Amino acid sequence: MPSPKRIGRIEFGLLSPKEIREMSVRKIIWADTYDDDGFPYPQGLMDLNLGVIDPGLRCKTCDQKASECPGHFGHIELAKPVIHVGYTRLIRKLLRVTCRACGRVLLSPDEIEKVVGTEDDQTGDLLSEKDVKKERICPHCGDQQLKINFEKPTTFSEVMVEDGKKVEHKLTPADIRARMEKIPNEDLIPLGINPDVARPEWTILTVLPVPPVTMRPSIILENGQRSEDDLTHKLVDIIRINQRFKENQDAGAPQLIIEDLWELLQYHVTTYLDNEVAGCPPARHRSGRPLKTLSQRLKGKDGRFRGSLSGKRVNFSSRTVISPDPNLSVSQVGVPRAVANEMTIPVRVTIHNIDELRQVVRNGPLRPDVNAPCGANYVLRPDNRRLRLADGNLDTIADMIEPGYTVERQLRDGDVVLFNRQPSLHRMSIMAHRVKVMEGKTFRLNPAVCPPYNADFDGDEMNMHVPQTEEARAEATILLSVHENILSPRFGGPIIGGIHDHVSGIFMLTHGIRWFTKEEALYLLRYTHVEHMPPPGKEEDGIQYWSNKQVFSMILPDQLNMVFRASSCQNCDTCEKEMCERDAYVRIIDGILEVGTIDKKAIGAFDGQIVNRTIRHYGMRRAADFIDDLTKLSIRAIMFDGFSFGIDDEDLSKTEYGQIDEVLNNVASDVTRRIKIYEDGQLEPMPGRTVEETLEMQIMQVLGKARDLTGQIAGRHLGLGNSAVVMAVSGARGSMLNLTQMAGCIGQQSVRGERIVRGYDDRTLPHFRKGDRGSDAHGFIAHSYKGGLNPTEFFFHAIGGREGLVDTAVRTSQSGYLQRRLINALQDLKVAYDGTVRSTGGRIIQFQYGEDSTDPTKSAFGDPVDVKGIVESIIKEEV
Amino acid sequence: MALAEKYGKKIEAADLPKKTKDQLHKFLDGKEITDIQFKQILERVLKEYLSTRIEACEAVGVIAAQSIGEPGTQMTMRTFHYAGVAEINVTLGLPRLIEIMDARKEPSTPTMTVYLEPEYCKDRDRAREVSWQIEAAPLHEFGDITTDMENMHVIVHLNTKVCDKRKISAAEIMETAPRKIRERRHYRDFEHDINEETATIIFSPKNKESYQNLFQLAEHVRSVIVQGIDDILRVVVRKETGEYILYTEGSNIKDVFDVAGVDTTRTRTNNISEIASVLGIEAARNAIIHEALSTLDEQGILVDVRHIMLVSDMMCMEGEVKQIGRHGIAGEKESVLSRAAFEVTVNHLLDAAVANEVDELSGVTENVIVGQPIQLGTGDVKLIAVRQENN
Repeated sequence: MPSPKRIGRIEFGLLSPKEIREMSVRKIIWADTYDDDGFPYPQGLMDLNLGVIDPGLRCKTCDQKASECPGHFGHIELAKPVIHVGYTRLIRKLLRVTCRACGRVLLSPDEIEKVVGTEDDQTGDLLSEKDVKKERICPHCGDQQLKINFEKPTTFSEVMVEDGKKVEHKLTPADIRARMEKIPNEDLIPLGINPDVARPEWTILTVLPVPPVTMRPSIILENGQRSEDDLTHKLVDIIRINQRFKENQDAGAPQLIIEDLWELLQYHVTTYLDNEVAGCPPARHRSGRPLKTLSQRLKGKDGRFRGSLSGKRVNFSSRTVISPDPNLSVSQVGVPRAVANEMTIPVRVTIHNIDELRQVVRNGPLRPDVNAPCGANYVLRPDNRRLRLADGNLDTIADMIEPGYTVERQLRDGDVVLFNRQPSLHRMSIMAHRVKVMEGKTFRLNPAVCPPYNADFDGDEMNMHVPQTEEARAEATILLSVHENILSPRFGGPIIGGIHDHVSGIFMLTHGIRWFTKEEALYLLRYTHVEHMPPPGKEEDGIQYWSNKQVFSMILPDQLNMVFRASSCQNCDTCEKEMCERDAYVRIIDGILEVGTIDKKAIGAFDGQIVNRTIRHYGMRRAADFIDDLTKLSIRAIMFDGFSFGIDDEDLSKTEYGQIDEVLNNVASDVTRRIKIYEDGQLEPMPGRTVEETLEMQIMQVLGKARDLTGQIAGRHLGLGNSAVVMAVSGARGSMLNLTQMAGCIGQQSVRGERIVRGYDDRTLPHFRKGDRGSDAHGFIAHSYKGGLNPTEFFFHAIGGREGLVDTAVRTSQSGYLQRRLINALQDLKVAYDGTVRSTGGRIIQFQYGEDSTDPTKSAFGDPVDVKGIVESIIKEEV
Repeated sequence: MALAEKYGKKIEAADLPKKTKDQLHKFLDGKEITDIQFKQILERVLKEYLSTRIEACEAVGVIAAQSIGEPGTQMTMRTFHYAGVAEINVTLGLPRLIEIMDARKEPSTPTMTVYLEPEYCKDRDRAREVSWQIEAAPLHEFGDITTDMENMHVIVHLNTKVCDKRKISAAEIMETAPRKIRERRHYRDFEHDINEETATIIFSPKNKESYQNLFQLAEHVRSVIVQGIDDILRVVVRKETGEYILYTEGSNIKDVFDVAGVDTTRTRTNNISEIASVLGIEAARNAIIHEALSTLDEQGILVDVRHIMLVSDMMCMEGEVKQIGRHGIAGEKESVLSRAAFEVTVNHLLDAAVANEVDELSGVTENVIVGQPIQLGTGDVKLIAVRQENN
C-alpha cells in the first residue's frame, strides 16, 4: 500500500463572507427539499450540486457517484446580518474595549504596552475587558463611551442617559457589524485576534454556509417516507424565515415586523449553531425531542471528537462470551469455529506459497470441524476486485490465482490475534494470543490470564481483533504477547499467575509431606512439559515413591535457588525456618523444593515470587511455560483429592457454640454497662471528642472485638481439613473473616463507618424502644450466616450491603474520570533518545526518567537490580 | 568484615546506582563467598542493571497514567478514616487521590504532622508546651466570661492557674484579646478596660442601645483566639517511635515554623499549595509524590514511585502547581484538537479560529484524529534500513 500523504499542520481561522461565497457551489433559496417525484429541487436544500446521497444519481459538481462524492458547500444570503452565538463573548469584549466612534482600542499606546509588553518582548497578557475602564473617553478621538449591556443569548444594548434617566438603546447586528468594521487591524493584535484570518465583523454572519447533503443525509423510513436530518430541518426554518424577511423588507413592512422577523432569524441561526444556549429555548422536533444541531454534533462523549475521531470502529473484530479452559496455554485463546470461519487474514500470493494457497482456496469457506485445514472466504484480484468463494467456484478460482492475487484466508491454529476486555484500564487489557480453533461458541482462555484482563466467567464478554498486516502481526508478537506482559509496569512484579483453584490445588499438593506412587505422580504431571522423572524419593516394599515436593520440583526451572516465606507465614517473632509448623518457610535449591508450601505468595497473580524469579533469571518464555505447567499440575492436584465446600463445613461443636453464646452475652452486657455509665454522665470524653462520639467509638470497638473473638473460637474448631480454611490460608480466596461471619457471628453493620442510626424518630426500627443505644438496635448481627438472621438483623444487613453497592457505582465513574484526565495530561510524554522525558512537542519534563532511568516494568519491585535474587541464586542460601 | 574490605572497592568502582551498591554490601557482608562467586554476582548484577534501563521512545506518560488510574477502581470511597484511635480525621482513598491531582487550594481535611526539636520531643510536658503554642485556644478556655446585662458589660475573669499551665501570662492575653477581636474578627464597635491586678477585662459595646450588640460582643469575646495559631483547630500529642509528635487538625505551616521547638526540617502538612507558597515548587513536587504514594500505600496498592514522580513533575513543571485536567495541564496544551477532544470542545475550536491557532499535529490525540501514526513507541522510529541491492 502506498503511504498516504502526511498532514503536516492544521490552521484554524474564520470564514469571511467572501470565502463562503467562493467555496459555495450553489446559492440556496428554496426551503423545499424534494418535489413530488422525489427528485431534489434545484436551488433547494438537497440540490444535486451539493453532492448526492441516493445511489444511482451523479453529483452535478464533481460528476461522481454517491460513494465517491465528498459533498460540496452551498450558501444562503441572509436578509440582514445575525450574530454567531459562539462569539457573543468576543463581540461583547470588542464593543467594550473599542471606541464607538472611531473604532480604536480605548487605550493609549503606553497603556497597551503596559499590559501586552513592549514590541520586542510580547510576553505579557492579552488585553481584556478589565484593562479598560467603563464609560471613559476615547484617547484617540475624544468621544464619550457608553456602557454596553449584554443579555443572553444575543442581545446587545447601549445605555444612554437621556433627561437624567438611563435608557437602553438596542444595537442591531447591523450596527454591531458596522462598529466591528471600524476596528483597525493593528488594534486587533493586542486583543489576541489575527486580522488576516479573523476580522471581527466576520463573527456577524451575512452569508450562511450550507453544509453538503452528505453531512446531513435523509433516511428513508420503512413506509417509504423520507425523514430529514436535524440540520436540514433547521436550515429549512432559516430559509423560510429569511425568505419571509426579504419579502417584508421589499414590501416596506413596518419596523416592528421587521424587528420581529430579524429576531426570529437570529433565533433560528442561533439554534442551528448551538441548540443548548443559555437563555434560549431549544428548537424541538415535532415529537418534542430537542434537535441535535452543529454544536451538539461535536460535543460530548458520543460527539464527533470523542466519539468518532478519537475512538474509531474497526473491521476484523469479534465478540463473544468467555469461559475457562485450564488445558490451554496462557498464551493461547480458544476461538469458536464459527468465528474462525468468518475472520480472515489477507495473504499475498507469491511463487513460494501459491500451491499452499490454492489448496486453501479449494478448502472453501466452510470448515467442517476444528481439525480440518483452514479455508478462505475471498480472493482479491490484482485489480482489487473481490471474489467471494462459494461451493461452485472453488476450483475455478484456485486455478485462476497467481502471484499478485491476495487470498483472504480463515483463522487457523497459531495465528496471532489481539484479545481485549473492557474497560481497558491498562495496557495488559489488550494482549496478543495464539489462536486455537475449538468447538463451542465461547472464547476460551486459561484462568491464569484473568487478572490482567480483570475477567471472570460470570458472563463476561471479550473482543478479538485480527491484525491484517505483517507489521501489525510483528508488533503483536513482539510487544503485545502474553509472555511480554507477565510483568506489570505498575509495580514491576508478575500480574499473571495462579488464581483460586490453582492456589488451593498447589497448596494441597505441596503442604507437608506426602508420597505418590509412579502412577499417581504421572497422573499429576500428565499434562505438563515434564519429560523425565527424577529418581524416586523412597522405596518401600519394592514400590517406588515420589514425594509431593519432588512432584512440584519437576516443573521448576533447573538451578533455581530461592528462599522466602509463604502466605501462610504468621510472621512469628523468631522464625523456626525448616521446623515451621505451618510449613511456611520455603526453600528451593537447585530447582528442588526442599521445604515449604507453595501458595499465593509463590505462584499467585500479583505476588508470584517463583514466577518473578523465573522471569528474571530464565526469561519470559520459561516463566510462561512454568505458569502453563503450574496451572495443569495444580488442577490435577486439586482433582486428585477432590475439593468441595458445603453447609456442613461451617458446623461447629456444642462447646464452641456455647463459647460463642457466652462471648456474645458478655459483650451485650458490656455494651449495656457502658451505656449506663454514659447515661449517668460518668463517661469521660476522649480529647477532642464529645461524650456521644466517645461512647459510639467504645461500643464499636467492643463489638468488633467480640466478632473477632467468635472467629477465634470458630477457628479453633476448623482446621486444614476444612476447605474454606485451606482457601483462606493459601490465599486462594476469602479470608478468616469470611469464615468467621459464616460460622461465628456477622458482626456490626455500618454506614459511613458508624453504627446504623437513621430510620424513625430516635430509633432505627419500630422493633426497638426510642433512644435504645444497645447493640442489636443499631445493627449488630449476633448470628452467623449459617445460623440465619432474624428480621431486624436481615434489614440491617441489607442497609450495610446497599452502602457497598452505592460505593462501587460512585467509584467507577469517579476513577474513570480521574484516569481520563491523567491520560490526557500525560499521553504525549516519551523517553527521548538522550534519556530525557519530553513531550512530543519537545519540552523536557524530566532530565532522566524516574531519576535513575530504570524501567519500572523490568525493575525488581522498584529496585534497579534484584540483588537479593542474584546473590541467593549464586551462594544458594538465604540472605 | 574482611570480606567487605576485599570486595568493597570493586563494588564501589562498578557503574551502579548507590541503592544497588548498598544492597550488595548489605547482602554480602558477613557471608563466606569465594572469589568466583563474587565475580559471578557482580557480573550478573551489572548485566541485570543494563537490562533494566528504560528504552527510548517508551510512552512513559501513558504507562504512568494507567498505573495510577487502574488501581483507582480498587480503592475505597470512604472519605473519612480514623488514623488510629480518637485521632484526627483525614480524607483517604480515591477522594484524596482526586484531591491531590486536582491541585486544590485547600484539602478537605488539612492536617499537619509536627515533629519537635530534640530537647522537646522526648518529654511529654515539653511537647505539650509546644502544642499550646500551636493549638488555637479561644478566650473562654482561660477564664470565666459573664455578661452583665445591667451595665452592658462583658466581663472576663482570667484564671491564672490555667494561664500558668498553658504557659501564657495573663497580661499577654489581656493585650491580645481585644486586638484580635478587632483584627481577626473585624469587630470594632466596642471599648475595653483592663484590670491588671484582678486579671479581668471588661468589654462594652459602643452602641448600648440594643442587647443584640452585647450578645454579639459576648460571642466574639468567647471565641476569640488568644493563644496558638488560628487555623489549627486541634492538636493531638502522640508518642511514636520513641518521640512525641504533634498531629494537628488544620494547617498553617508558615506560622507553625515560627513556633519555638518545632523541627522545621521534618514537619509536614498535607496542604500542597501551602507548601508550594512557603517552601517553593520543588518542595511541592516532593509533597505531591509523598502524599500520592502514602494514599496509595494506605490502601495496600503497590505503585512504582517513578510513575508518581512523572505526574508530579508534569504538575509542577511550570513553576506552580497545575491541576491534572481542564483547568491545568490538559487545558493548556498547545494542540487545539487535543484540547477539543478533551473537554469543552466547541469553545476551544471557536477561540482557535479567532486567534488563528495552528495545530502542529505532534501529540497523540491529534494524530489519532487525523488518522496518522502517533509519534510514540514504534511510531516514533524514523530510521529504516535500506537493503543494498548488490547482495
